[in-house]
Amino acid sequence: MVDESTRKTLSNIPLLKTKAGPREKELWVQRLKEEYQSLIKYVQNNKDADNDWFRLESNKEGTKWFGKCWFIHELLKYEFDVEFEIPVTYPTTAPEIALPELDGKTAKMYRGGKICLSDHFKPLWARNVPKFGIGHAMALGLGPWLAVEIPDLISKGVISYKEKSEK
Amino acid sequence: MTSVEELQAKIKDLEEKLLIATQKNVARQKIKEMSSEVVDSNPYSRLMALKRMGIVNNYEKIRDYTVAVVGVGGVGSVTAEMLTRCGIGRLILFDYDKVELANMNRLFFQPHQSGLSKVEAAAETLRNINPDVDIHTYNYNITTVENFDNFTEVLRKSSLSDGPVDIVLSCVDNFEARFAINTACNEFNLTWFESGVSENAVSGHIQFIVPGDTACFACAPPLIVASNIDEKTLKRDGVCAASLPTTMGIVAGFLVQNTLKYLLQFGQVTNYLGYSALTDFFPTMTLKPNPNCEDSYCRLRQKEFALKPKPEIAVEAKEEKPVHEDNEWGISLVDESKDVKDQVTVAEGVQLAYTLPNQAAVEECEEATADTDVSLDELMAQMKAI
Repeated sequence: MVDESTRKTLSNIPLLKTKAGPREKELWVQRLKEEYQSLIKYVQNNKDADNDWFRLESNKEGTKWFGKCWFIHELLKYEFDVEFEIPVTYPTTAPEIALPELDGKTAKMYRGGKICLSDHFKPLWARNVPKFGIGHAMALGLGPWLAVEIPDLISKGVISYKEKSEK
Repeated sequence: MTSVEELQAKIKDLEEKLLIATQKNVARQKIKEMSSEVVDSNPYSRLMALKRMGIVNNYEKIRDYTVAVVGVGGVGSVTAEMLTRCGIGRLILFDYDKVELANMNRLFFQPHQSGLSKVEAAAETLRNINPDVDIHTYNYNITTVENFDNFTEVLRKSSLSDGPVDIVLSCVDNFEARFAINTACNEFNLTWFESGVSENAVSGHIQFIVPGDTACFACAPPLIVASNIDEKTLKRDGVCAASLPTTMGIVAGFLVQNTLKYLLQFGQVTNYLGYSALTDFFPTMTLKPNPNCEDSYCRLRQKEFALKPKPEIAVEAKEEKPVHEDNEWGISLVDESKDVKDQVTVAEGVQLAYTLPNQAAVEECEEATADTDVSLDELMAQMKAI
């Protein structure tokens, strides 16, 4: 179901303990701290492995997340905005990660640019409630999606490289 | 120069168009009481005939009921139209999506409605079909924190007597929204129907959920109707979902049929009805709730249900066994502490979408996130600083 390298990536993302969603005021803060700790470790791992591919931050309540992800293809860096909300039923149901700027450019998306995940993602997530968090959703959901879709979209000419004008 | 014939033809054409256009604006007046009088002008005569035929005892009671339809897509819009034509008292519609041309392979919506919100477009059409139905619309995503409380409040207070709605119909197309509905209905003890059509468009199901009495959506992994397609031949190349108006219409039909049976108390309400389009196979079964359900409100409802005196169903002279007394297919909930096989067959032609591990068998992990005294703000700052 999961290949070796993904398995290795996964095993390096700290697992979470608190099963709490955003409706549970106090426990949610605990969960959110675990989310951040896990994400910080994951991003740090990525940097150490020279495989840094996203940044995320959230609103104060930790219910809305946004940031950037990037994908290197033929030595060019393609960058996309990422966003998602934490559903009330989290962590039983995974967040629906969206890349709004690609909405309508690929059939492997639902409305609003929510990425269409493989058949394996949801069962895998369900088996690992509440241990999987946002980092796992990125690693198992968005990561593989980018790896498959972005080269395809580039080859079709749907997206093209933009010189870094900003920053 | 245009000839007289051409101009005459054009006038005729325009006159026809004008006739159609003016007819569009003919709306029928509201009708105060449902009459069973059989005249051309009575929109309820064929429905009230159900009484005369002894199928339904109290058809006009339908006007007292409120139904919430969550998701007004391929299944939900048809569901809403059926209920409207049946003369339901109040209809509450939830959806955050817009009508698109890509929806036109399904029933109900029309190309000129593209760009409108689904709930608004639906409400307009439905009010035109039957102005007696009181239609309320909510254009938002129910799964988000900012809308969920309003969603539950509407479900609890929007009946015609300001109480809870009589039934909730889930016509959504994703797991997250189903789970949100399940959470709300367990918490506030609302009876609901789950419905769905598979992403390959060739199977579907409806499931009747009475919190505490029948299995909730969190009691077991979702059920899937076997489509008899070899997984290996099923290509998902470049597409997320296929859909057919046929399958969706069939599922909507089952859904509303059972809703009518539940509200008007005739026939038997089916607990689970599956549909496999490729083989025209319709598995049915009853699912008992899982005493170890993850949802604490589900467990609470189960306790309440166990204490409640069961209504004795008056059976007429001849003794008939309840439909689901025998367990021909050996349906049972799987004990998660036991080693479960990869594929669990729940009933013939129905499987669990996936199986859950026993809690001990955890994926190997490096470390669990430790409790530290670092504050959330510090963590947020740390994340930003990377």
